[in-house]
Formats: sequence, structure tokens, C-alpha cells
Amino acid sequence: MAVVTLQNVRKVYAGDIEAVKGVSLDIPDGHLCVLVGPSGCGKSTLLRMVAGLETITSGSVAIGGREVNEVEPADRDIAMVFQNYALYPHMSVYDNIAYGLRNRRTPKDEIDRRVQEAARILAIEPFLNRKPRALSGGQRQRVAMGRAIVRKPQVFLFDEPLSNLDAKLRVQMRVEIKKLQRALGVTSIYVTHDQVEAMTLSDKLVVMNAGRVEQVGAPSEVYRRPATRFVATFIGSPPMNLLDGVVEGEGRVRVDGAVLDVSDMRAGLQPGHLVEVGIRPEDLEIVGSASNSVSLPIDFVEELGATQLFYGALGGQPFVVQAGTGVVPADAKSLGLRIAAERIHVFDRESGQRLGRVAETAAA
Amino acid sequence: MDRRTVFNNRLLPYLLLAPQLAVTLVFFYWPASQAAWMSFRLEDAFGLTTEFVGLENFQVLLRDPSYYGAMVNTVVFSGSVAFLSLSLALLLAVMADKQIRGATAYRTLLVWPYAVAPAIAGVFWLFMFQPSLGMIGRTLRGMGVDWNPLLNGGDAMLLVILAATWKQISYNFLFFLAGLQSIPKSLIEAAAIDGARPTRRFWTIVFPMLSPTTFFLLVVNIVYVFFDTFGIIDAITRGGPAKATETLVYKVYNDGRLGGDLGGSAAQSVILMAIVIALTAIQFRYVEKKVTY
Repeated sequence: MAVVTLQNVRKVYAGDIEAVKGVSLDIPDGHLCVLVGPSGCGKSTLLRMVAGLETITSGSVAIGGREVNEVEPADRDIAMVFQNYALYPHMSVYDNIAYGLRNRRTPKDEIDRRVQEAARILAIEPFLNRKPRALSGGQRQRVAMGRAIVRKPQVFLFDEPLSNLDAKLRVQMRVEIKKLQRALGVTSIYVTHDQVEAMTLSDKLVVMNAGRVEQVGAPSEVYRRPATRFVATFIGSPPMNLLDGVVEGEGRVRVDGAVLDVSDMRAGLQPGHLVEVGIRPEDLEIVGSASNSVSLPIDFVEELGATQLFYGALGGQPFVVQAGTGVVPADAKSLGLRIAAERIHVFDRESGQRLGRVAETAAA
Repeated sequence: MDRRTVFNNRLLPYLLLAPQLAVTLVFFYWPASQAAWMSFRLEDAFGLTTEFVGLENFQVLLRDPSYYGAMVNTVVFSGSVAFLSLSLALLLAVMADKQIRGATAYRTLLVWPYAVAPAIAGVFWLFMFQPSLGMIGRTLRGMGVDWNPLLNGGDAMLLVILAATWKQISYNFLFFLAGLQSIPKSLIEAAAIDGARPTRRFWTIVFPMLSPTTFFLLVVNIVYVFFDTFGIIDAITRGGPAKATETLVYKVYNDGRLGGDLGGSAAQSVILMAIVIALTAIQFRYVEKKVTY
């Protein structure tokens, strides 16, 4: 159990390629922190620096208050679950799980007790004598987890552990990982590119882009108040609609002829300031054709079962609306839309920064 | 993955196979069956007539102490060369696998000895270690070492072992390097996080995962030492001094070509053939079963 602290961590590869551009992060004891971002954003590099598999160009990584920059991976008291599981193919499941304990010269009966316990928790007892190649993807995933928990480390590191599983198994394992992490109370860092995984798993969500942290916060907070345009479009599915707009006056933005009232916008912006207005597809109210609404011509509809997605365009920019199935008549050619003032997000068109309240951010 | 190609022309597949079959027939089956035939016959002193003697050639051979001497030489020779060339090649491959500067040049240089013809390699080693002319040979004697591969059987054996090992390292090196590079990096990383130091990682993860390669190379090396080292031995020692470096394959040549005992030599060839067939069979069986860990 430990606090993990990153201070201004940078990684520069040969040829001046800067993969991580100064990341500072505090992960409280027992929390599950998810690093999410598109591929190449530096999230895996950051995780590997915490693991000790990559050198740290500058800054510091501390686990449990001890700086570990120069400490070998073996001595950091961490365990890692890899994307391809990295099970030792020539060893049985039992030996795979016991390997780390044997390396640390744990007494034999203690090893056996702990391996059996881990196998019981993960329901892999029947497979202990099998080789990894005789296991299914989900079972291999459990063995990889077993190898991590058996050592009772201070920190768990997960590097996209579910991306090799099929969709159904992924949801199941996601729930199990969360439960297991809660039960063991071990501080964890989890890397993924899947925003649903990120939202559901994290106590603390870190959205990264191009080597920087865009936003840090509780998942609901990041969803409700995205700090930047990037976070707004990355978190949430289908992604947030963005429309070009111009500040009209205090709390008012003009978008494509209409003037929207916005409750959450920084005061003192000059009329004429160029902004982007963000509206989540699920935040729109469908009102038929009331006078104070905007009309969206429907281009096509996607059926998701419980909900439907309506695609169209507003002012020449693509626009998506999500509504419960049955809310909109099947023969509707257009939607009358209304939006509550507090559901509108405003971003600076040039910098992409939110022009409103942001709870907690470490954007550098 | 059983994909069959169907030819429209019935003759074409046979025509395509013909050149390879012809080569095998002329250069393998024909001499091999001749050897088998000759192993049952005895030639008169002038080579004019032969008579059928059944298994007599084999009986004489198995009663001949010099045949067992050659067998012991072969076992010592092949065992040493296989062990030395495999372990040295593995060491070099492990070092080449690390990302070091000039790795490409290093690898290229390591492959070169394989391109040298065995007889030339033999002459070259003899040049270096010849007691009165060779640079290293003279240096050794200057340092007071009683080094003389021309008179001392042990020294001669050591010299042919060194030369044969040197030539085989390239081949083993390439296979080991390819084997090392096919081990997923995440396995090594997982072992590092699991608390295994580099030496322990090598023996518990890398070496077991190389075992298919190692086994394959072991068989290939033994076959190599059995047959392809003829040139090296002929160039360095001619089987001497006093038959100290006479291996089974060299004895076939010595008895048949120089000694004129064609029947006895053919009988030796047949036994050698049986050994190779056995080795290959073991390899195929083992490769199919055990090798994919």
C-alpha cells in the first residue's frame, strides 16, 4: 500500500523525440488511477517509467515516499499485468504464479499457500497444472492477474490488460478487476485507450494527449466539466458536438444565427471572441417544434436498441443527437431541439481551453 | 494449413520434380546403394574380381580395435565441437542481441567463417599453430609449452576441435540470434518485475525458450562433425599422428581410398548412414513433440 507521486516527469528518446512532456501526478493510497488517451500520447511510456522498464529523463517518480528513479524494477515492489499477458510459456500456471515468490526466496509452504489462495480468488484452481497455451484468453488474463496479486505488491500496474479480449469478456473482466482492486486496496495505475474502461474503472481519471496531461479528476467531474476541447471529444460516446460560435455578450453566445444562453462561462469576455460550443448528444431535449427551439434535419438514424442516434448538420457542422427509442416518431424528418443553459460547454476556439469552471486540473 | 495446388497438366508436376529427383538419384541413391552392395563383397588384391562374402566385412570391422579407436575419436571430437561451438555461439548471440553500437558489423563479421571452405580453414589453423612456423605455435613453445600437434596426438585433436568449432560458430550464432530475437520482450520485462536478476532470467526464461533451437542445433552439429569435418582433418592432420585424429568418416576414406579395402570401407559407410538416419529420425520425432514448449 503506497502513495505514488510523479513530479515533472519527462521522457526524451534518441533523436529529441519527447514522449512525455512533464507530468506531475499524485495517486493517493488505494486509489485506482486510469491513464487514458489516444495511442502515442505517452500513457504507456509513463507507466513503464513507474515500472522501471524505461529510464526517466528528468523529474522524479516516488513510490511510498521513496524516490525510485534509479531503483531496479525488481526492487520497486510493484507488479505489472501486460497487454499480451507475458506468461512464461514453458512453465505451468502454478509455476508462473510462483515464479516471483521463488525469486524472492519465499519458503516453499508459504509459496504454496499464497498460490492456492490467489488461484481460489481468481477461480483458476482447476488449471494450475496446465501450460498457458492450453488456456483461453480470459483464463490467461486471470493467470496474469494471479501472478500480480500473489506477491502482495505496493502498486499494481496495468498496461491495456483487456484489449486482447473479446467485447463480452472485456466487460466481465473489467468488473472483476475493479472488485479485486477494491478488495485488496492496492494503489493501481491502469493504462487504456478505451474511454468506457477509463470511466468505469477509475477513482481518478487522467486524460493525456501528446505527452501532456489534459485533465485530472474524478470521472464524473471530467465528464461534466471537460477542461479542454480534446477531453470533451475524447470522453463520452458518441463524442460531444462542437459548433463554432461568437460571444455576443455576458452569458450569451451566437451560434449559426441563434443566440444561446450559457450559464457556465467566464465573465469579462469581449463580444466577438471566437469560441466553440460543446453540446453532448445525450444532453439535448427533444421538443417537437416549439418556438424557442432549433430544428435539426435528420440525415440518418442509428439504432442502438435502448437509444437511437440521429445524425444531421447544424450551420454546416455535423451534429448528433441521442434519444431514447420511441421518443421520436419513426417518420420524423427533423427534430426540434432545446438545451439547458447549464449543459452548454464553451471552449476558446484558438487554445481549446474551457471558458468556464474546471474543478481540478493539472494541464501544463 | 493444408493447401493443395491442383495442376491441370498431369505431366507438369513430374517435370518440375524431375531435376531435383535426378540429382538425388545420381548423387545419393546410386552411390549409397553401391556402397550397400559393396559392403557384402570382397575385392581381390588387384581389384579385378569381387566375390560375395555376406556379413564378413562387418564381422571383421567389429573385431578391429582401430575401428573402436576411430569411434572414440569421433565421440570425443563431436562432443567437444558441439559443446564448444554451441556454448560460444550462444554467448556471442546473447551479446549481439543487446543493443550495442556497431552491432550490424559485429554480426556480419561473425558470419564470415561459415563461408570459408573446410580445407582452407584447416590450412589456416595449421598455419597459426604449426610448431616451427606458426605464430601461435612458436609463441606457445617459446613460453615453454610442449606444443606439437604434428607429433602429439592430444595436441592434434585439440587443434582440429578448435578449427571445426571456429567454422561452426557462425551457423549456430545465426540460429541462436534469431531464436533470441523471437522471444517476446515483455516476457523478459515480466521476469525483471518478478524479481529475477539478468543471470537468473537467462537460465529460467531465455534458455528454456531457446531449447527448440538448441536441440535442433545439437543434431545439426553432430551431423556436421560426423561428415563435414573431413576437409579440416585432411588438411591439418590426415588422421594422424598415429590415427589420433582419425574419425569414422576419415577412416572410411583412409581404408577405402588409401588402403584399398573397398568392402570394409563400404561396410563403414553403411554403418555411418544408419547413424545419420537414426539421428534424423530422433530429431523429427522430438521436433514434432517436445519442441513447442
